[in-house]
Amino acid sequence: MEFDTVMVSRLITAMTLIFHIVFATLGVGVPLFISLAELIGIKKKDNHYILLAKRWSRGFVITVAIGVVTGTAIALQLSLVWPNFMQLAGNVIALPLFMEVFAFFFEAIFLGIYLYTWDRFKGKYTHWLISLPVVFGAGISAVFITTVNSFMNSPDGFTMDNGEFAAVNPIEAMLNPSAPTRIAHVLGGSYLTVAAILATIAAIALLRKKGAASYHKKALKMTVASIFIFSVLTAIAGDLSAKYLAEHQPEKLAAAEWHFETEENADLVLFGWLNEENEVVGEIRLPGFLSFLAHGNFASEVTGLEATPEDERPPLWVHYMFDLMVSIGMFLIGISLLYLLLSKFKRWNVHKNWMLWLLAISGPLAMLAVEFGWVYAEVGRQPWILRGYMTVDEAATSSPYIVHMFFMFLLLYIVLGTLFAITLRKLFKDNPAEVELEKHYPELREGETK
Amino acid sequence: MSYELIGISVLWLFLYGYIIVASVDFGAGFFAFYAKVTKREHVVNKLISRYLSPVWEVTNVFLVFFIVGIVGFFPDTAYYYGSALLVPASFALVLIAIRGSFYAFENYGSKQSNVYMFLYGATGLLIPAALSVAFTLSEGGFISEANGVVSLDHWKLFTSGLNWSIVALAIVSILFISASFLTYYASRANDQPALQLVRKWALFWATPTIIMALTTMIALSQNNERHYNNMLDLWWIFGLSVAFFLLSLALLYMGKNYGLAFIAVMLQFFFAFFGYGMAQYPYLLDPYIHIASSVTNESMAIALIAAFIGGLLMLVPSLILLMRLFLFDADYAKGKK
Ligand code: HDD
Ligand code: HEM
Ligand code: HEM
Repeated sequence: MEFDTVMVSRLITAMTLIFHIVFATLGVGVPLFISLAELIGIKKKDNHYILLAKRWSRGFVITVAIGVVTGTAIALQLSLVWPNFMQLAGNVIALPLFMEVFAFFFEAIFLGIYLYTWDRFKGKYTHWLISLPVVFGAGISAVFITTVNSFMNSPDGFTMDNGEFAAVNPIEAMLNPSAPTRIAHVLGGSYLTVAAILATIAAIALLRKKGAASYHKKALKMTVASIFIFSVLTAIAGDLSAKYLAEHQPEKLAAAEWHFETEENADLVLFGWLNEENEVVGEIRLPGFLSFLAHGNFASEVTGLEATPEDERPPLWVHYMFDLMVSIGMFLIGISLLYLLLSKFKRWNVHKNWMLWLLAISGPLAMLAVEFGWVYAEVGRQPWILRGYMTVDEAATSSPYIVHMFFMFLLLYIVLGTLFAITLRKLFKDNPAEVELEKHYPELREGETK
Repeated sequence: MSYELIGISVLWLFLYGYIIVASVDFGAGFFAFYAKVTKREHVVNKLISRYLSPVWEVTNVFLVFFIVGIVGFFPDTAYYYGSALLVPASFALVLIAIRGSFYAFENYGSKQSNVYMFLYGATGLLIPAALSVAFTLSEGGFISEANGVVSLDHWKLFTSGLNWSIVALAIVSILFISASFLTYYASRANDQPALQLVRKWALFWATPTIIMALTTMIALSQNNERHYNNMLDLWWIFGLSVAFFLLSLALLYMGKNYGLAFIAVMLQFFFAFFGYGMAQYPYLLDPYIHIASSVTNESMAIALIAAFIGGLLMLVPSLILLMRLFLFDADYAKGKK
């Protein structure tokens, strides 16, 4: 590996995005659950849910702040680090980027109003209504940004004329072939991840047995049910993503599956490693399943990596990224289903320690799946930045100072990450749920023993 | 009107909007720190944090909007400014990140530490300093392109009188704008001790603002004669700007109509900013980016303008709601809600 400006440019982008996506995912999903909790609280007249919404939104403020500053960094870095890419692609993808900013604007305004007006309105539902534009704004901004990323994978909506884009159709560019599946998968994955993170919080609180048990159990029930719904939806969308890949970007799927030669009834390869002759060893083989993943038919033909010129093949280690993501997805479906089934048996206590531990790790695992998924999607696109039109080498900045900037941003993210953890800890440790319940809703005390 | 003219007018309007709202925010950071050092924080800091906490994100989006918009309308700006500004813009980004996290970590987390207050105050001055470098670059002579590589002459920039006077102008303007806004806000909140203090600050920073504006004019005449001569041709716009400046000064001095005084300050900067921009027309970067040749294709321009109109229809009512709830709700400003 050579550390030239191109490599460092890639690293700085990867670093910023990997850091940003944690907060972006929370930013897309948390508003939905805040809104749900407040709605349930109003409907059931149960202040436990209102307190849930309040406490989640208090933590949310801090994640939003970091999402905003790192997102601002990306918005600028796209031009600073990839000036040639933006000069070319800006002609086609400016529209969704522009609309995304409007969505942020909209979301930011209503979030500000929501946070500071808990007790200012007379109508029961007025404050809840303000959460809807926040949920909508967060979701739609994810949609817009995802169309940009889809465009990089399956460029559409223009013709090439002397190295410049001509006959540009911005709407067609947004609705490029990979956009629909990818949007569904990204949104589903975000809601899933946030449900899992919130379940993790509740599970840990129950494990520590500090009190307010019925409050945390309500949170757990609501979030685990959501994990189940969204993990199934995400898996379906992911399956559709793979079918898109098989058709439009076969080299990415082939690299992920170590599928070197085109064949019918292709096997799905799980884990394993490559020996010196580039043969797969130690793997788990699911016969015919790759054909099924690619085309929904066990007999169908799947294009192998040989069909792609050697210098246009993505690195083979993306295999592990793909496998890890899918495994985590399966784990989340399994654990949430198990919880829901067991909770149907009245005599069985679902809140056994092993169950709580498994739920406690689902949040971090889901976040890892998001990271693995993105790394797979982005690295699997190599060497292209704009598949078929521009390579990463051609797109990067020529400034030698990029190395210094890399270390400056690395330091910044370390500081931000540390302060983030410290602040969240302080915020909730100094004011745990049981204390706040006692203070604001003393009437709820009985029933605590359940 | 041609697409590029609509595009640049809209973007310039947003940049102006950012300058006003961000100035209030940046200046407030400095004043909060200054008040803390001079042990007067109990007088003003409550006022400052009450206004700022709900709106800082909105301020930030103004900046992102301008950047995304200019790259969208004029993709060449990504190439030239993107390549040249790597270092100063990255510095600005780090500072913005520190400042943004201030709100999260201090206001929602724990008590206000001195270190963070210092960073908060210092970034309020350093961010505009770093961002205003872009204005210097647009005058030409600092960025050059050879063999397809765009480079910035960092040393020339560092030793340029024009650059330093633009930076100084940015800083004093921010303090002036911010102090006059806080004066108005204090009068709405009917907080007499705070009002007297911030009014003094506003009066104080008026003089350096006008001095730096003149100094910058002189430095500009030596750097970019075309721009300078165009500005002289637009003398009446700058005349209006000065007239509003005098009006605001008079009102602040007499101690009445603070709302009108702040509007006059806004108009002062509106005319100065648009006069400056119109005189720079038709270059976005002298001589590399000519507005007409760098504009994006027609269908994208139409799409962006349509999106812009649609976006405004959504935003304006929401912004009005935000302002009614926080800015113009006298009970909120007074701290009763
Ligand atoms: C899955 C969704 C997703 C993805 C893939 C990205 N973002 Fe993001 N971004 C969000 C979802 C999000 C968000 C959750 O909506 C944030 C977090 C906090 C917020 O207000 O919006 C956000 C914040 C955020 C901001 C700050 C907005 C503000 O000032 O309020 C900017 C400028 C960007 N992002 C830009 C980008 C760019 C240029 C990306 C691509 C390279 C990107 N984001 C990837
Ligand atoms: C949705 C909008 C996105 C855009 C426009 C975008 C754009 C880019 C660009 C320009 C690069 C550099 C070129 C390259 O090396 O391939 C890149 C690389 C990368 N991006 Fe994305 N990205 C997006 C989303 C994401 C997200 C959300 C992640 C999640 C963390 C991500 C992870 C990465 C990684 C890991 C790399 C480095 C790949 C490598 O090693 O080359 N991307 N992306
Ligand atoms: C359970 C089965 C799953 C399957 C079959 C699956 C499939 C896929 C495929 C094929 C891609 C590549 C799409 C492309 O590059 O064009 C992808 C990307 C991605 N996955 Fe998954 N996935 C699954 C689970 C998950 C889970 C649980 C998460 C996170 C909670 C997740 C998050 C992501 C993300 C963020 C991307 C990158 C965005 C994109 O390119 O679509 N996936 N997934």
